[in-house]
Amino acid sequence: MIEVENLYKQFNGQPVLKGISTTFEKGKTSMIIGQSGSGKTVLLKCLLGLHIPEEGIISFDGRKHTELSVKDHRQLRQEIGMVFQGGALYDSLTVEENIMFPLKMFADQPFKQMRERVNFVLNRVNLDNVNKKFPAELSGGMQKRVAIARAIVMNPKYLFCDEPNSGLDPNTATVIDNLIQEITKEYDIITVINSHDMNSVMEIGEKIIFLKDGVKAWEGTNKEIFKTENEAVVKFVYSSNLFKKVREAYLNETK
Amino acid sequence: MNYFEHVGKYFLMLKQVFKKPQKWSVFREMLFREIEDLGLKSLGIVMFISFFVGGVVAIQTALSVDSPFIPKYLIGFATKRSVILEFAPTFMSVILAGKVGSYITSSIGTMRVTEQIDALEVMGINSLNYLVLPKIIAVLFFYPLLILLAMVLGIYGGYIAGSLTDLFFTEDYVYGIRLDFNPYYIKYALTKTLVFAFVIATIPAYHGYYVKGGSLEVGRSSTKAVVWTSVVIILLNYFLTQMLLG
Repeated sequence: MIEVENLYKQFNGQPVLKGISTTFEKGKTSMIIGQSGSGKTVLLKCLLGLHIPEEGIISFDGRKHTELSVKDHRQLRQEIGMVFQGGALYDSLTVEENIMFPLKMFADQPFKQMRERVNFVLNRVNLDNVNKKFPAELSGGMQKRVAIARAIVMNPKYLFCDEPNSGLDPNTATVIDNLIQEITKEYDIITVINSHDMNSVMEIGEKIIFLKDGVKAWEGTNKEIFKTENEAVVKFVYSSNLFKKVREAYLNETK
Repeated sequence: MNYFEHVGKYFLMLKQVFKKPQKWSVFREMLFREIEDLGLKSLGIVMFISFFVGGVVAIQTALSVDSPFIPKYLIGFATKRSVILEFAPTFMSVILAGKVGSYITSSIGTMRVTEQIDALEVMGINSLNYLVLPKIIAVLFFYPLLILLAMVLGIYGGYIAGSLTDLFFTEDYVYGIRLDFNPYYIKYALTKTLVFAFVIATIPAYHGYYVKGGSLEVGRSSTKAVVWTSVVIILLNYFLTQMLLG
């Protein structure tokens, strides 16, 4: 379990996170939602250790982020897989080299074994015959799948995704959502997704954390979000007519 | 951020760069890649410029010493001195600062703005050590060879210019080249080259690594990196010349 307690983060005296507390559980897909500037990315980067919070505790299965030695910190990071918004694949490396990179750095395995693992994860994300291609030769959806493959190649305990669906067509977005959810269940890992995509939130958000101006304004499941009366959540999630109608239909059905 | 803060941040960056590589096999792979990108791919431009500049220096010198009281072998002598002492180590370094410096800043800067550096950090990799150290070692190893080549080609360019223009006899030129040859000048030029090579690898890396924003900022940073690298090379050239030849 990842536990976050009273997290504060500021930039140039401007508070961005104001006392966030929450938990992320094993085998569940948790989603952080909120308007642009609400602190979602900062929260994710604090969890990843890319930002150091001014106050608060982040603990990964009892290991407190701030109290770890450099060696333990490095060990923890090897247990984390991350899918960045733009994929963040290394342009100068082929797909195979990109995915093999963490293995080369941290796993003392023969090349043949590493290649087998690469082929296994590529197969898992439903990609074939792309090993020798460069990221620029792939479509956006394929790049995201390669990024997921790279994130899971080391068998991570924690998977973080920053806007995994941005820039994708609805069909590909659903494929990516399902893939992330399947992987979460299959490997029994903790998955945290930062998203704007309400479709994803409704589909795979087993736990949803809504941030507003750096504060956790609401927390619940994708079923509870239909019923919530929280004004900020309703205003944000049901800003489109389509979702308003979906909500009305859901509420009528459950009456 | 003022200049002192930049200088402090630059040295803090170097502290992170000069750590033991996390995996030697990966470091070796990166090193060979950098030798190719930063060294081998600069061979063409170095050969082309040094050959023609050497020719121009010889022609200019020949045109300036048309007095019958000045011996013609001075053309070879002056060309050799100019090429070995200044043109090859200093001006070739300024040219390489433009070519290689902008490449380093833009490649690292692009990695920064596309979150590739964050991806390295999330994996637990010391990104500065992984990205910058191979570049430094590659240029420190390869640039002295490039500069030696520039010296040879510059002097040869002067020889060819003489034989094509009839401004001086090649025998006089060769005599001037051999006259009063001091091996210390080569040592001096290579010492400068090593210092400049370090500057060419690290200042652009600093500008690329700490870039913020998008592609426009990467472009701006590249320009800034080339300007600052050139300024530092010229300033260091002055102090090194004072120290080593003064």
